[in-house]
Amino acid sequence: MNKNNSSKITAAVLLILLFGLVIFLEQVIRPTDEWAMLLSCLRMGSVYALVAVSMNLLNGFTGLFSLGQAGFMLIGAYTYAIFSIPLDLKDSVYTFYDYSVKISFPEVLGNVFGGFGMITGVLVSIILAGIITAMAAFLIGLPVLRLRSDYLAIATLGFAEIIRAVFLWGRLGPVTNGSNPLRRFTRTSDFTMDVGNTTLTLGTTTIMIIAAACIFVIILLVNSSYGRVFKAIREDEIAAEAMGINLYKHKQLSFCISSFFTGVGGALLAIFMGTVMASNFMAAMTYEFLLIIVLGGIGSISGSVVGAMLFVFASQWWLRWLDSGIITLFGTRYILPNTIFRSGFRLVVFSVIIMCVVLFFRRGLMGDKELPYYWNKLKSRIMARKPKAGESNG
Amino acid sequence: MNLFDIIMPYIIAGLSVGGQYALIAIGYTMVYGILRLINFAHGDVFMISGLVMIYVAAEVPLYISIPIVIAIIMVIGFTIERVAYKPLRNAPRMSVMISAIGVSYLLQNLALYLTGGLARRYPTIPWISDSIVFIGITTRRVTVITPFLVVAMVVVLVWLINHTKTGIAMRAVAKDFETSQLMGIKINSVISSTFAIGTFLAVAGSFLFFSNFPSVFPAAGAMPGLKAFVAAVFGGIGSIPGAVLGGLLIGVFESLIKGADIILGPAGFGIIRTPMELATFSDAFTFVLLVIVLIFKPTGLFGDKPTEKV
Amino acid sequence: MKRIIPTVLSVLLAVCLFAGCAETGGTAGSDLPVLRVGVFQPATGPNGAGGRQETLGTQFAHYQQPTVVVGGVEYQVELVIVDNQTTPATSPAAAQNLVAQDVAIVLGTYGSAAAMAASDIFRDAGLTAIGASCTNPGVTRGNDHYFRICFLDPFQGQILASLAKNHFEAQTAYVLALQGDDYSVGLANFFMESFTAYGGEVIYETFPAGTSDFSTYVLNAKASNADIWFSPTSTEAAALIIDAAGAQDIGMPILAGDTWDSNVVTGAAQGKDVRIYVTTFYQEGGAPEFDSGIQAWMNANPIHLANNGGNDRVAGVTAMGYDVYFVGLDILQRAGSVTDQAAIRAATWATSFMGPVTGLIEFDENGDAARDTAFVKVVNTETGEWEFFARQGL
Repeated sequence: MNKNNSSKITAAVLLILLFGLVIFLEQVIRPTDEWAMLLSCLRMGSVYALVAVSMNLLNGFTGLFSLGQAGFMLIGAYTYAIFSIPLDLKDSVYTFYDYSVKISFPEVLGNVFGGFGMITGVLVSIILAGIITAMAAFLIGLPVLRLRSDYLAIATLGFAEIIRAVFLWGRLGPVTNGSNPLRRFTRTSDFTMDVGNTTLTLGTTTIMIIAAACIFVIILLVNSSYGRVFKAIREDEIAAEAMGINLYKHKQLSFCISSFFTGVGGALLAIFMGTVMASNFMAAMTYEFLLIIVLGGIGSISGSVVGAMLFVFASQWWLRWLDSGIITLFGTRYILPNTIFRSGFRLVVFSVIIMCVVLFFRRGLMGDKELPYYWNKLKSRIMARKPKAGESNG
Repeated sequence: MNLFDIIMPYIIAGLSVGGQYALIAIGYTMVYGILRLINFAHGDVFMISGLVMIYVAAEVPLYISIPIVIAIIMVIGFTIERVAYKPLRNAPRMSVMISAIGVSYLLQNLALYLTGGLARRYPTIPWISDSIVFIGITTRRVTVITPFLVVAMVVVLVWLINHTKTGIAMRAVAKDFETSQLMGIKINSVISSTFAIGTFLAVAGSFLFFSNFPSVFPAAGAMPGLKAFVAAVFGGIGSIPGAVLGGLLIGVFESLIKGADIILGPAGFGIIRTPMELATFSDAFTFVLLVIVLIFKPTGLFGDKPTEKV
Repeated sequence: MKRIIPTVLSVLLAVCLFAGCAETGGTAGSDLPVLRVGVFQPATGPNGAGGRQETLGTQFAHYQQPTVVVGGVEYQVELVIVDNQTTPATSPAAAQNLVAQDVAIVLGTYGSAAAMAASDIFRDAGLTAIGASCTNPGVTRGNDHYFRICFLDPFQGQILASLAKNHFEAQTAYVLALQGDDYSVGLANFFMESFTAYGGEVIYETFPAGTSDFSTYVLNAKASNADIWFSPTSTEAAALIIDAAGAQDIGMPILAGDTWDSNVVTGAAQGKDVRIYVTTFYQEGGAPEFDSGIQAWMNANPIHLANNGGNDRVAGVTAMGYDVYFVGLDILQRAGSVTDQAAIRAATWATSFMGPVTGLIEFDENGDAARDTAFVKVVNTETGEWEFFARQGL
């Protein structure tokens, strides 16, 4: 019991230190610094981590092979954007339509309570995004969840396409702005706080805290009795049913919860990108998340987080030099031949790496274990070494 | 204008596109029948064969380049199976599917890299690309001949499966993987020949498709591939006639949806007054059809006839 | 095998890590201090062809004038070219990458959607961006850091509508735009506004991204008895539209906006029975010195020739890409600093510069260059060349 508590305290302290570091970095790094990519990748990485974890809840823990993530993120991102564009800016966003949603939560609450109200408003919009996504998932789940594995995958993929078409439909223009993007809602750079004479920028921190809180809730869920039911369904549906588990009810529950957090992820993505367009949420986006959870290990939450971070950092930052052919190694700038190092090379190398992971590390980085498992293993290895050293002395 | 004149061109255009979907769908359905694997890379193989054709036809005359392209792509199809799917034969099905998605990702990125992401112009294959007037409609010859060609190919294929040794082996493997192995069937060579046939049909489909729509870009295979897969599920996965019927139906429905505003509008039936922008749903409607079929007949239209499974 | 691959992968990742993180140092070639100019352009995706042509203009200008004196110091100009991959989803990360490389000013991009998506990244970094051919009003509206040197879509739409109504005496126009692309949908809407104001009727449809089959849309246009076809799309779709139109004997003139001013279009139209009219920024032959210079430069390097689509015809966007480079240098010279972003911004507002190819450039209160004429070109389907049709103002 004691040991368990102490490791929890260690984890909490580590997390607080991490966030402290992020807050510090955010004040120090200017957007023009080379290290600004670090913050950008952290933001994108935490959004991707949240979506990957919620996809893992469905695919890894409940064994439901769903490929509808891009569609659910789209619903979340649009819901957030629609309810967060300040009223006086709506005219400039809805150029060709008369906008019909005449409320903006961050603005309304921000006017009453100031900066704190603005953040509450953002949270209200984000939660609304999650709820609406979960409701859509409930409706989609009614027919779809009765299907077998592959058919479920292809049906959810299909629903993602249907959702995209609905949001692009000109007839819904007054709500969704049709084919035009949604912009000017509360986004990363709006999260600032005045402390004395200095202005703190907290965009990265805010996104990371929201993502971390959601992931924490998912961890609690997975470790609860519901989590055990989900795992039972994954292992053997028939046996689970024989144990008295209502299959359909629990599948629907898992589907809705996962979609809720995917919707929240979509809203965070909107905050990160600053522009929401339905045409961004293609099937390729879902495949990215699938590759992330495979990379991290299906059935491992910390694996998904690590996988998402690696994926984002590698594709957005570390591998960029493959495209430009300009590489800086230990302070010198090299220019590589542009016959090989040209646009698109990064993605080729990246997909080869992913293929290698899929083929040679079939269980991903973490398998179905979590970080503490590896931490304890490392610790026990160090412990095991110590007495040996003592023996040789004696 | 009478209604027949309005609808007919859409149906002909739809049958043509549908025929091309059908050719790709057969590849999906055969592979799924044997390996229970949704080969997500199939649509990209289709795109790659378009690209290879462009590069080969730039060097040698057309009548030589067609067999060369077929050979190259069949080798590629074979290699994909050996490298990406064979090592995972005993792994969970999800791993194989993810490997397929990985291959698809790789092929698209490779095409992006090689072409620089620009659309390449497909060479004109004479005769089939000519414009003709068919029952009062100006269109390409390929549009008219595709459905007939597809039916001819299916007849040959069904004969092969029912009457040759390899065909019988394929049906046995599809029925029961382990037992057929025990019976002395060489699983790997059966799977390879399945991939070879599927790939061949994808190449054939690419000749027809890109002659009709002569532009090849890295994502050109994604949507046709997805639709062909839906066609395969629609017709009952594992069933060749089902895949063809599914392909044709999806092609026709897609075409009709694109024209829905005109067909239902004042110029056609006059049901809707103001345009509803229904064309937005041309891709989505394919999936609506799929979901409807899956709900009412989860195994697809012909899914419950095991004798027709490959 | 199982040991080698992880090792190779981790070495690879480590190398990438260093490449991404190391501080930028020395320069290649010259002893002069380096001045970095960001070129934000698509090289891949649907707008890749156009983006490459525009980049060529900038590269040629840089070839002609590789150094500049700012504040009494002579600088070697280095173009930092970043591929935004056309889509709004990828452009913020690309913009972030550009910002992190410490550029003094940003030039581009082709394709308004990518410009709008990246706009806030440049604003947060305090950078000034100058678009060469992004025609959507949203690019410069509501901000003071994005400028452009070309005409706008409302203007272009009006020119095209008046051409359709007054020259071709069209009653019904068939308008086809790409779903989810704000350039395409925007220009289509501006055209429709003007065309209906002139008393015409409009049939408006959109097609999903990745469409290959345009034959059905040609059928729609014919069935609705349209007199004119208008499709402001990327060149990728243009080639397919022209092909379908030719094969099905469309029987009406095809109008399009600035994006169609490309040798992709002339190549597709050659030998077909189609009539294609486009509005553009520049007519080949308008500045003979520039034409002959850039043609010689492109012919000398097969990579440049390939980027221009295989021949040496000068596209309108290439001329814009050429001019925008000199506008950028002029601004930096007047600002007298390569680091003081406030001075650069102020200098941009005060611009009054004679563009070597496209004439006087002065920015209005939105940051748009005053342009009152557009060139209309027509394809000669026998030779596959553009021919001058009219120079139109309102």
